[in-house]
Amino acid sequence: MSEFLQFAFSGLTVGAIYALVALGFTLIYNTSKVINFAQGEFVMLSGMTTAFGVTAGILLPFAALLALIITVLFGILLYRLAIAPARGASPVTLIIITIGASIMMRGVAAVVFDKNYHSFRSPLGDTPIKVDGAAILPQSLLILAGAAIIVVALWLFLNRTLLGKSMLATAANPLAAGLVGINTSRMIGIAFALSAAIGAVGGILATPIALTNYSVGTFLALKGFVAAMLGGMGSPIGAVVGGLLLGLFEQFGAGYLSSQYKDAIAVIVLLLVLFTMPNGLFGKAGIERV
Amino acid sequence: MARGPFVSHYALVGAVALVVVLLPLALPDNFYLRVAALVYINAIAVIGLNLLMGYAGQVSLGHAGFFGIGAYAVALGPAALGLPVWLSLLAGAVLSGLLAFIVGRPILRLRGYYLAVATLGLGLLIWMFFNNQSELTGGPNGMQVPRLVLFGWRATGPATWYWISGATLVLGTWIALNLINSPTGRAFRAIHDSEIASRVLGIDIARYKSLVFVLSAVYAAIAGSYFSLFDGFVTADSSSFIRSIEFVVMAVLGGLGSILGSIVGAAFLVVLPQALTVFHEYEEIVLGLIMIVFMIFLPGGVVPSLLSLARWRTA
Amino acid sequence: MSSLLTIENIGISFGGVHALFGVSLDIRRGEIFAVIGPNGAGKTTLFNIISGLYPPEQGRVLLEGRDITGLPPHILARLGLSRTFQNLQVFFRMSAVENVMVGRHMHEQRNVLAHMLALPSVRRQNRRTRKDAEELLALVGLTDFAGESAGSLPYGALKRLEIARAIAAEPSVLLLDEPAAGCNPIETEEINELIKRISRRGVTVVLVEHDMRLVMKISDRIHVLDHGTTLADGDAATVRANPAVIAAYLGSHGTMEHRAHR
Repeated sequence: MSEFLQFAFSGLTVGAIYALVALGFTLIYNTSKVINFAQGEFVMLSGMTTAFGVTAGILLPFAALLALIITVLFGILLYRLAIAPARGASPVTLIIITIGASIMMRGVAAVVFDKNYHSFRSPLGDTPIKVDGAAILPQSLLILAGAAIIVVALWLFLNRTLLGKSMLATAANPLAAGLVGINTSRMIGIAFALSAAIGAVGGILATPIALTNYSVGTFLALKGFVAAMLGGMGSPIGAVVGGLLLGLFEQFGAGYLSSQYKDAIAVIVLLLVLFTMPNGLFGKAGIERV
Repeated sequence: MARGPFVSHYALVGAVALVVVLLPLALPDNFYLRVAALVYINAIAVIGLNLLMGYAGQVSLGHAGFFGIGAYAVALGPAALGLPVWLSLLAGAVLSGLLAFIVGRPILRLRGYYLAVATLGLGLLIWMFFNNQSELTGGPNGMQVPRLVLFGWRATGPATWYWISGATLVLGTWIALNLINSPTGRAFRAIHDSEIASRVLGIDIARYKSLVFVLSAVYAAIAGSYFSLFDGFVTADSSSFIRSIEFVVMAVLGGLGSILGSIVGAAFLVVLPQALTVFHEYEEIVLGLIMIVFMIFLPGGVVPSLLSLARWRTA
Repeated sequence: MSSLLTIENIGISFGGVHALFGVSLDIRRGEIFAVIGPNGAGKTTLFNIISGLYPPEQGRVLLEGRDITGLPPHILARLGLSRTFQNLQVFFRMSAVENVMVGRHMHEQRNVLAHMLALPSVRRQNRRTRKDAEELLALVGLTDFAGESAGSLPYGALKRLEIARAIAAEPSVLLLDEPAAGCNPIETEEINELIKRISRRGVTVVLVEHDMRLVMKISDRIHVLDHGTTLADGDAATVRANPAVIAAYLGSHGTMEHRAHR
């Protein structure tokens, strides 16, 4: 039972991070129909920056803030320099652009920082909390709480503020949104900035437990994507549920089956979703007209 | 993609053959022969990928998986099964094609992003297998690859592999061009432009998509076998995600739907890091930058863009 | 005249709305048969069902007495059924002549190995296919555009290109989905003549059309659909005089009498 609880908690914890990455995907996809393969790099970037900042002697909150700002900046740059100039390009072209951006950001991180693994101490300390035989790190709770806060904040933003509602409008119908005076280009830029911010928070929360490295972004992006697909691409609730589910599948799979092929679980989930329920749990089907 | 006035299809085969034969005269030493051989090897894989992506209009972000199967086949065949290298090479190609056939049917029913990600997943699974099965493959450390021996003659050295890969490239180009200029090739292109119209004209879409997928997998596997035989060593890198992306970039950069473009793209992406060895750490940055810049400014690829520029000038 | 294509009691609904209900028609070999009706009447849906894009929920489609309901398009193509599309499914990246060459696909040798090795038989076949395609381009009046990329052709030419491609398959039944849509009177007249030429070659033509002039002038028989059900069926004179038909068209096309007597 304690093993089960252990896996459940780790699953939810890592799932919360996947959920944040998936939310980022969803936000950008909804506003621009672009799948941003560089989503994982936002998590990596903020984690690395915070870790290096702390090592350099900056207080954690300030290092984290710096990381957040830098990552959001990268998000905006990504949109302005790589995505906006290529609007209307074919899916393959856009895939290559975002993958290219991801590779570039990895490369920059490897050069500016280094290729080692880094981390920083959790502000809540390292002493595990014992629950029913399972050992849970306080940082886990912080991750879960942080993710929940972000989800709620995002919901409030999208549904209760004018700016948020304008973004939803752009997502639902860019043409109509443009016609009523919404600057769709600006909306997409904001979506990128927000996604970067969400990813950045994910990175700051996750690094004390998961460590960070110039290469973590790639698999994170993949898993976040799988989570978004599992939940239904374009559905924010789906992103969260998908992320948590994927985290659980991974931990239970690694725990009870094989830990060597932990990463394969995400791929298998992806292929299963693509073949059996491509619209995911909460997504809507599209209809092709002849 | 209407026919240009310049390059008749078979002139391209002749041109490639000419370059392969004459290039060594212009190259100062073995190092350059090695680079050329690598270009040819990559080009073979990219031509196959181009048939899939450029002509038939599909996507594969996991093609290094097939490349890796070929690369490991010539190591595992002898090591685990005691097979001679040449047989292992054939087995690798067959295995690759078989996998493509089995997986292709379900996967190719997907389109766009879904297909891209499914192939990405497939490539990752293959990479994970090679990377994790340490007792079999040496895991991340890789394993030795014996030399190819044919009738007592050992194939080693940049010069030998230059000729082997060059000749195979010429053959691969010829076959690809023949295919394009046939009912099969026209069916590929039709499927790319309108699946519905193709169906209504009696084209069995599933069959042709499967066919082109298998063919591209075989091209990749042969290239992969050459690659590791040439090196004498194979690691899971041969099937990595980055390698898959590199193939796609070579294809797209050179020009999807242009066989010449595939060779040009391969040449560009192989030669560039060699030219940039000083900046080895910046390799990923440069690759990423190239991808972004070219896709924004030259999404049609280098060769088609140059051709249409020339056509425009002479119009 | 024998029945070539029989549609029995076809019904289908989309999202709870009946697109077609209880539609039956009977097309005779060699005739020009038109299916007309206001927008949304279900004409293209009927075509899509006949040409195998999706199966009906009720009813059957019979070709020469054989049940072909729900068979996929590429099988139907082999059975002699061909069609064009309202929203143009031209191969835009291929040249005009290549488009028509694809139409010859079913009549070509499909041995992939032979293709890969460019055997002499393949090269001969390529030449023959090209020649056939060029003849068909001539039939539809597009010889001048042969080597041009289809993407650069004007709209009227594209409509004719699709027809040439569809005929290249040597169908016994040709379904034309709004062949004159978006065409000016001169282009419409050209399409008119083309359809008659095709019919003279022995192809049974079924067309869906809006343009009353075209339909009345060339159709042997007409079937009128409205809101997914049959309104009338018969020759031009019968249909033209049918009060229900006139009522259905009043307001969107003017009176049938007025239109047909141009």
